[in-house]
Amino acid sequence: MAQPLRPLARRLGQLARSAAVWQGLAGIALFLALWQIGTWLRLPMLRHVPAPLDVLVQFATVVQSRQYWLSWYVSGQRVFLGYAIGVLLGVPLGLAMGMSRIFHGVSFPLVEVLRPIPPLAWVPLSILFWPTMEQTIVSIIFLGAFFTVVLNVLGGVEAIDVSYQRAALSMGARPWHLFWRIVLPATAPSIFTGMAVGMGLTWEIVVAAEMIASIQAGLGFMMWQAYVGGNIALIIVSMASIGLAGLLSSTLIWALGRRLTPWLRRT
Amino acid sequence: MTGALSIRNVGKVYDPDGARVIALDDVSLEIAAGELCVVVGPSGCGKTTLLNCIAGFDTVSAGEISIDGALLAAPGRQLAPGADRMVVFQAGALFPWKTVLWNITCGPVLSRRLTRPDAEARARALLSRVGLAGIEAQYPAELSVGMKRRVEIIRALINDPTVLLLDEPFRALDALTKSVMHEALLELYDLSRKTIFFITHDLEEAIFLADRVAVMTTRPGRVKKIITVDLPRPRNYRLLATPRYGELKQEALEAIHEEALKAFVAGERELA
Repeated sequence: MAQPLRPLARRLGQLARSAAVWQGLAGIALFLALWQIGTWLRLPMLRHVPAPLDVLVQFATVVQSRQYWLSWYVSGQRVFLGYAIGVLLGVPLGLAMGMSRIFHGVSFPLVEVLRPIPPLAWVPLSILFWPTMEQTIVSIIFLGAFFTVVLNVLGGVEAIDVSYQRAALSMGARPWHLFWRIVLPATAPSIFTGMAVGMGLTWEIVVAAEMIASIQAGLGFMMWQAYVGGNIALIIVSMASIGLAGLLSSTLIWALGRRLTPWLRRT
Repeated sequence: MTGALSIRNVGKVYDPDGARVIALDDVSLEIAAGELCVVVGPSGCGKTTLLNCIAGFDTVSAGEISIDGALLAAPGRQLAPGADRMVVFQAGALFPWKTVLWNITCGPVLSRRLTRPDAEARARALLSRVGLAGIEAQYPAELSVGMKRRVEIIRALINDPTVLLLDEPFRALDALTKSVMHEALLELYDLSRKTIFFITHDLEEAIFLADRVAVMTTRPGRVKKIITVDLPRPRNYRLLATPRYGELKQEALEAIHEEALKAFVAGERELA
């Protein structure tokens, strides 16, 4: 039951009146100011760090280049692909593990053995396994999202109060009712938690993968190029861009989750 | 009138890792159609086990349970849960992801016993009967515990059960809310006259509500005493101050105190 979108103006008005927003902005402004003052004072630890104003200038130049937006697009595409496959396979697997004792018995130990292997440790094997670098990167992103989603969904199914299923059975529920009307909505909050945590991981992985793998585009690649070329301001622009990309994707997932679980809405 | 619940020589043995735990031992109880029977006993006396056996969530090891002569449960035989035996759970089981109206109407609508408009009309009528008109579109999380309980009882009643099974439904409520809930339950009971099997460990609640109170022994659970509550209906809170209520309470208290003491000593021994 989705509520209609509130008018944008009203939303912005609410944001402008919210103390949390102003406190947050004040914190960021203070951080930037201290950094700027630090560079003016020529603090030794900031010797190699450009001032925020220089970074801003670099940022203004870079947003005009096609290459910059291409980097966004390429990294975003990799993240989206790997993440989408991870969620599409991870949610059903987690549900199946939670609902079938036998399936749980067969698959849980395997998941527990593979899960602690950091996604980046899969890089060498993936390079040998996949014909293209692109597929390698996507497969590693997939691994990061997949295990996080599986474990969260499994935990969600296992935490369902048995009374819900008993109540449903008493009211004459059929097996498919139990799945669609009880298990799925009861697990929905865990699914979205897993998706949000998994989304955070995918950006870590894409950047690392782009820095090790020999490919020609992406935000991680852009940062590495800036490092090789000695453009420190561009490194910081890349870092900020990656942070922004992660923030945007997580916000999207949370927004989607809130929309699809209206019963959890806090007023 | 239907809904005569017959519990004959029922036994239940749990056998986790070979440790035979006798939860119920030769429990017999005949509940007449339309009777409100309350089972009281100390914690761990097997009263929830008995309710689960009637509801079809658990199996019996001995004896048999039947409704109006039709067998529900016997060793090796167990009728699956169904709308003829609706349960109101101790911790509540309203679906948090659905609105009050959907929660109440889902049983009859999904199993095609009522059309949606009919079910919704009935739900609204029952809600306003217990002073809850206007909350149809809210989610359970937006309601107080007392409101949730009333909604849950309505959800059970709209399924038109033969027997209504209530598992300590008011346990988590404060004393004031509890007394309001008792009157709401009795109001719905007077309206429908369903057979009610109600379990609790609260004696005052038991006597206020019941036609008969069955006092159970501590584990292994047996029926120790049956007290017939000859207080007139409809009942309200003023009853609590009458001498007859006090006498009945005294009678029940003596029966259960001994059991509570045994349960306490057994608990101490388990802890030691």
